[in-house]
Amino acid sequence: MQPLQFTTAATLEDALGALGALAGADGQTALLAGGTDLIIQWRAGRRPLRQMVELKKIPELNVLEFDPARGLRLGAAVACHRLAEFEPARRHYRALVEGAALIGSTQIQSRASVGGNVCNASPAADAICGLIVHEARCLVRGPKGSREVLAKDFMLGPGRSALQPGELLVELRLPPPPPRSASGYLRFIPRNEMDIAVVGAGAWLAFAADGKTCTAARVALGAVGPTPYLVDAAGAALIGSTLDEPALRAAAEAATEAARPITDVRGTAEYRRHMAGVLTRRAILRAAQAARQSTRETHA
Amino acid sequence: MTTNRVVTATINGVETPLLVDTRMSLLEALRDAAGLTGTKEGCLTGDCGACTVILDGRPVDSCLVMAAEVEGAAITTVEGLARNGALHPVQQAFLDHAALQCGVCTPGFLVSAKALLDKNPAPTEEQIRYWLAGNLCRCTGYEKILSAVQDAARSLKTTR
Ligand SMILES: Cc1cc2nc3c(=O)[nH]c(=O)nc-3n(C[C@H](O)[C@H](O)[C@H](O)COP(=O)(O)OP(=O)(O)OC[C@H]3O[C@@H](n4cnc5c(N)ncnc54)[C@H](O)[C@@H]3O)c2cc1C
Ligand code: FES
Ligand code: FES
Repeated sequence: MQPLQFTTAATLEDALGALGALAGADGQTALLAGGTDLIIQWRAGRRPLRQMVELKKIPELNVLEFDPARGLRLGAAVACHRLAEFEPARRHYRALVEGAALIGSTQIQSRASVGGNVCNASPAADAICGLIVHEARCLVRGPKGSREVLAKDFMLGPGRSALQPGELLVELRLPPPPPRSASGYLRFIPRNEMDIAVVGAGAWLAFAADGKTCTAARVALGAVGPTPYLVDAAGAALIGSTLDEPALRAAAEAATEAARPITDVRGTAEYRRHMAGVLTRRAILRAAQAARQSTRETHA
Repeated sequence: MTTNRVVTATINGVETPLLVDTRMSLLEALRDAAGLTGTKEGCLTGDCGACTVILDGRPVDSCLVMAAEVEGAAITTVEGLARNGALHPVQQAFLDHAALQCGVCTPGFLVSAKALLDKNPAPTEEQIRYWLAGNLCRCTGYEKILSAVQDAARSLKTTR
């Protein structure tokens, strides 16, 4: 294994400087957040590196804040356990928190970040459906300044993100939750714990003042295509309904229709298509239940 | 380009300078540079938990931490559990319940269980099972480990 230069970035400028100076042509510089993907890939020889730039000490990447008018700010390097313990996030961004909390064991939760989950760009990454259904924006910094990319456009394919050479992900911004809205995420794995999603589904719903009529809805699927993605037709099938049986069936069918899975050791394509529908229905019901709960709490 | 460096961390309460190669994991630094071989190597992929240590208050897989990351950090390994020759209640409970056979997984379980009880002195069975889901044991079948942790929680309560 070739020698490795290890740089601890104290500031964003440090990190960008290190990326710019060595990233250059060979692509052998990598940013290190929790390391739960990177260290394994590097050690296995799948990712030859000359330099690692550690990000966890950069203040901007550790922001975790909620403001009812501005929404959630989640620094790219915040470890999943911090997000899972952050009450406003648990309350208002359940699909994201439920997905992030599923990543690995207690030990992995201590290190793994949502930023790393997104940048690693696995098709089965559990935190991404939640970001998509909450319409998160990814704040990116690079040599030419800052830009924003919608979470749904951030992943381009397995292991490929919208980041250009020299750029890094600083923060994820989730818009404030409208009244009477809620979300949820579910994944299916063959075991109770510690596995990779066969299918993942996130749902976000908003309701009218009657608390019953769905006014806005978004559904995203993971592990059934090259990236997690939004299924517009599944959300559209719910709008204007009271989540009655025909609406739920239409949303589930839209998800099955939109699933483009592969066959691998965890399941056949046909099975995954079926499960995409099943999990979509359950994620919708989970979000609806969360919405009823929070409405009750607000009126209590 | 030299890639060796000295990293100083507080290990089991003692400030310890470690001479490490920047390619080393914290696991390798503990075993090979600090001579603390209680922390075990299992899978090297974050799956087994044999290499668990407490890093700044949280249990981590030391095989997935770079040695160069721990400058200034506080680390507890299994060697830091016993105090003045007296076993930590978790260690005593593992002995009392025969919660080990080959013992390779044991340091990881002890450290994870201590981290749990530090945070939550009265965990439910479900909380214990989820918290320890990242620690694998090929010998015991887990029931005795579960009983030991429950027992340790009880004895910690009476000594507090
Ligand atoms: C035992 C185990 C179980 C796991 N279980 C799950 C699971 O259930 N679900 C799941 O989705 N994943 C799982 N994972 C994968 C992994 O833990 C997650 O993808 C995690 O979120 C990665 O975050 P990290 O901070 O560790 O990323 P790192 O490994 O530090 O980085 C991942 C990638 O992103 C890049 N990167 C990191 N931060 C930035 C940034 N700010 N800007 C630009 N690039 C960046 C890195 O260079 C690297 O390429 C598991 C891993 C292990 C070892
Ligand atoms: S050796 Fe670190 S988790 Fe198995
Ligand atoms: S006692 Fe042998 S692996 Fe647990």
